[in-house]
Amino acid sequence: MPDNLSASHKAASIRSRIRRLKFNDYVFSLVGLVCMMLGVVTLLALFTDLLLDGMERLNYEFFTSFPSRRAEHAGILSAWVGTMLVMLVTALVAVPMGVAAAIYLEEYAPSNLLTAIIEINVSNLAGVPSIIYGLLALGLFVYQLGLGQSILTAGLTLGLLILPIVIVATRESLRTIPREIREAAYALGATRWQMIYDHVLPYSRGGILTGVIIGMSRAIGETAPIITIGALTFIAFLPPPPFTPEAPYVSFEWLFAPFTVLPIQMFNWVSRPEEAFLINAAATGVVIIVMTLAMNALAIFLRYRIRKNIKW
Amino acid sequence: MPTPNTQEHTAAPLKAEVKNLSFYYGKVQALKDVSMPITEKQVTALIGPSGCGKSTFLRCFNRMHDLYPGNRYEGEIVLHPDNINIIARQVDPMEVRMRISMVFQKPNPFPKSIYENVAYGLRVRGMRNKHELDEKVEEALRGAALWSEVKDRLKHLAFNLSGGQQQRLCIARALAIDPEIVLFDEPTSALDPIATGSIEALITELKEKVTILIVTHNMQQAARVSDYTAFMYLGDLIEFGDTDKMFINPKRKETEDYITGRFG
Repeated sequence: MPDNLSASHKAASIRSRIRRLKFNDYVFSLVGLVCMMLGVVTLLALFTDLLLDGMERLNYEFFTSFPSRRAEHAGILSAWVGTMLVMLVTALVAVPMGVAAAIYLEEYAPSNLLTAIIEINVSNLAGVPSIIYGLLALGLFVYQLGLGQSILTAGLTLGLLILPIVIVATRESLRTIPREIREAAYALGATRWQMIYDHVLPYSRGGILTGVIIGMSRAIGETAPIITIGALTFIAFLPPPPFTPEAPYVSFEWLFAPFTVLPIQMFNWVSRPEEAFLINAAATGVVIIVMTLAMNALAIFLRYRIRKNIKW
Repeated sequence: MPTPNTQEHTAAPLKAEVKNLSFYYGKVQALKDVSMPITEKQVTALIGPSGCGKSTFLRCFNRMHDLYPGNRYEGEIVLHPDNINIIARQVDPMEVRMRISMVFQKPNPFPKSIYENVAYGLRVRGMRNKHELDEKVEEALRGAALWSEVKDRLKHLAFNLSGGQQQRLCIARALAIDPEIVLFDEPTSALDPIATGSIEALITELKEKVTILIVTHNMQQAARVSDYTAFMYLGDLIEFGDTDKMFINPKRKETEDYITGRFG
């Protein structure tokens, strides 16, 4: 009998303990929810505000007009073309360099002190303020190499800026390829490069693409380094086209053309005294945010598509 | 250190000879002076409790240990008929792996099509001729008793196959390169009894064409499929001999204790 009694006593104390612990669960989930909502709601409010402010400018003319002294006729044609071209150069710089560096560090580099130092530095580079990259680019690309205040300079600068992001994302992605798959390739007589090229790279391209796109969406909004290298703020012409009617049919003159990009155009309009230009600025902000979100959505979609066929 | 008690066996041609093989993971010695013959076109089974070094021993044969730093071999594994020591530093591991292929513990097909899985070993060698590849892939899949099940879906992903089918695909992949020896590292430990049965039947069939080395946890499996058995314990080869004789009449106490289930 006393045994029974103490057993039921024990059960009661266990139950009250569980109730107390569950209350902690409840409290924490509430705190977490509030913290999350603070971030999301702020961002949403900001975006909605921008959208409401810029709504009246978001039409076809806005995308096909050059900047103008009259706010209602001013558009972002040179800015979005500039952004696109700079992004193209950025990708062409950052993707091959970043992927190659990551493959070297992850697959080839011997594990010694030098490698360790390089690895720490790569992660640190991701935290260097972007204006420092701008100063470096001004000294190196603009003055030393004489590339001018051009699309090429901007692309190289942003490419360097997102290089650590691409390297880190690529390395993480390479690391997810299981040892068994690598050994299976080696066991058939594959060399290291065959193993990497035929297996590791194709199976990790989802993660690599995601890293590249995340890096690009960082680069698209960067303003400080572009201002530092001296991008113009008022551009009423487009760079020369990459294709020409006469031989050799391609031209790289556009690489050396002066340019502006969306965030600079926006910054320029924000600093104008006339209130009408604030509408243009808001509309440009919406365009930048939508571009960034679209790129992130693309990253998620690609990752899903590529991972779908791979299970381990 | 006990000397391996090698039972006399019929003078069959040897495919390889292991002579005083020791192996070190860094400073840890995992194999201690192991010597044994590998008979051509026969199945040699390696048994022993976990950590006895049987997988380590198997992975010496295709130089898998070379992939990781700090590993060291001593002694010789002489491959016949050309009498090269396949663990010698000057012998390229790629060459060894092109002659001796391996089937792993867990089925590990590539996330590619069934066809590409089998063809990969040939592509590594630079085979590009579609007709030739088709022929080799079919031959290997037939050899692995998988052809009739997959011939209509060669372009499908290998992951859509069942576990047993995936393992037979891995066997086909290992066979496609016309290996001289196939190494099996506990090939059925991740499979159900029916799939295990079909893999064992396949191994028995394969020894007509190729020399086989198999590591197994399962003593009944060793008794069913092998001609010779090596019992290893803590990095030593305790006993080696004809499977029939060893399971009925083990020479050493440790072997008897292990195969009767007293430890392990």
